[in-house]
Amino acid sequence: MKTVTESAAVKFDGIGMIFPDGTEALRNVTLSIDRGEFVTIVGPSGCGKSTLLRIASGLLEPTEGAVEVDRKRLGYVFQDATLLPWRTVRQNIELLTELHGIDSSERRALSTAAIELVGLTGFEDHYPKSLSGGMKMRTSLARTLTLKPPLFLFDEPFGAVDEITREHLNDETQRLFKSEGFAGLFITHSISEAVFMSTKVLVMSARPGRLVESFEVPFSYPRDPDIRFEPDFAMLSGEVSKALRGSHS
Amino acid sequence: MTMQASPQSETGESDAGEPETGLLVEAPDAGEPAAGRPQPAEMPDDAPKAYRLKSRRREAAETVVPPLLLGGALIGFWYYIAYGLLEESRRFLMRPPHQVLEVGFLDSANLSDQLSALWSSTQVALIGLFIAICIGFFLATIMSQAKIVERAVFPFMVTLQAIPILAIVPLIGFWWGYGRTSRVVVCIIISLFPIIVNTLFGLLSAERAMHDLFTLHGANRLTRLRKLMFPAALPAIFAGLRISAGLSVIGAIVGDFFFGRGNAGIGQLLQRYANNLNGEELLAAVILSSALGIVVFWVFGWLQTLIIGKWHDSRQA
Repeated sequence: MKTVTESAAVKFDGIGMIFPDGTEALRNVTLSIDRGEFVTIVGPSGCGKSTLLRIASGLLEPTEGAVEVDRKRLGYVFQDATLLPWRTVRQNIELLTELHGIDSSERRALSTAAIELVGLTGFEDHYPKSLSGGMKMRTSLARTLTLKPPLFLFDEPFGAVDEITREHLNDETQRLFKSEGFAGLFITHSISEAVFMSTKVLVMSARPGRLVESFEVPFSYPRDPDIRFEPDFAMLSGEVSKALRGSHS
Repeated sequence: MTMQASPQSETGESDAGEPETGLLVEAPDAGEPAAGRPQPAEMPDDAPKAYRLKSRRREAAETVVPPLLLGGALIGFWYYIAYGLLEESRRFLMRPPHQVLEVGFLDSANLSDQLSALWSSTQVALIGLFIAICIGFFLATIMSQAKIVERAVFPFMVTLQAIPILAIVPLIGFWWGYGRTSRVVVCIIISLFPIIVNTLFGLLSAERAMHDLFTLHGANRLTRLRKLMFPAALPAIFAGLRISAGLSVIGAIVGDFFFGRGNAGIGQLLQRYANNLNGEELLAAVILSSALGIVVFWVFGWLQTLIIGKWHDSRQA
């Protein structure tokens, strides 16, 4: 482990979550993510992965344990793009800076930079209904980028787009991770997505969700999309897959 | 020529003149796309234009011709009833179209009677609708903010909706007299419910994830209402407004039947014509009052397209 100069971007300490209806979603999850780390959690559906993100963001209080996180400028990318249909791409991207009370000239500069970063230049005045799924997701990413958050939480954001678009978005996400230097916590079903983007892949067991295995990903950034076809990549993916299968039982 | 072409291309594929005038030969519009549009390269430009043009004309014809045909058939049927089914002495029951036109619309005294009555009814309907909108928005907004208010108010709204207007006519007259105020009250009662229900439904329609987004970034109640719930409600609000606008016209006419003092509205006129066996005028008044309903409905549809058409596919509604 490398030494950290600042405190972790997010720290889960013995998190347990039992819902009022008695469902135990999470049990004893301990995890810490520093800036410069991109951690992905893979796990079967309904294992409590998203619950962990909701706890991190403060949308949900854990029934056990504690979270340490700076929630002032939190990046949260939802499962859907969650764009406001009555706002144009630019207006959507400026929403969060608006909510944080940043004045309009600075908002404009931040949104312009974010639009360039995700390659949406030329689409500023489009409404969401005329965008493709991938473009909506990029708008959503750009919206989060305007806040320059030290921590990005991704809640299965690319599940609804097609394979090719997903690979593009994975590629862009790892580029952003490298250039913006945030800490990332990413939730997904897709092993190849997890291995491709992350510095570390964690496997979560079926309910109640526990972190059962951890894999360091040794590849350096920026990663070439074709790395997916390298033997090392395939081998690591195989190991994650095996752990995932084990976690089901 | 290019100057001519560019504003047209803004409005869509309406470079209609080109194929016929043969301008295409002289003016290659290759540089065109650079003008307004940035990157998004949509639809190859040249090839399908003629096809699209044709299909558009055809589409227009397909939407206009069937109702025209049916309309013609109905007028024919009307003539058949007037001349074929009714003998001379009973023809006052259903005057033929041209007489309705002549007596009901082209006679200036009758026409001015009708128009002033129509105007009076329009005012009643609009005032009633306006008040109903204010009350409806207010109630729906409070109900959306506190579940307990919704639970408290809703049963009474349903009750109000369920009261047959005829049952409370004497009460309305008793409280507000038999003039215009009472007509407005009828309009309010009759058009309030759809506004409340649709506005409330719309305000509550924003997805949970969007609310989460606002929560995460510390939005307060007012910001949430202004930037999320209210815009999200607009499509439903317009759906409610269109229903209520139609109802308010009905309310104005029904109100006329019972509360006829003061400026005569179209409802009083209808009654008077019926009592005097003025068949032509009666039918003309019926046509006018339905025209009022259609215009009001259409105006709100137009407003809807104007305000939310850019981002919302209102054709579903």
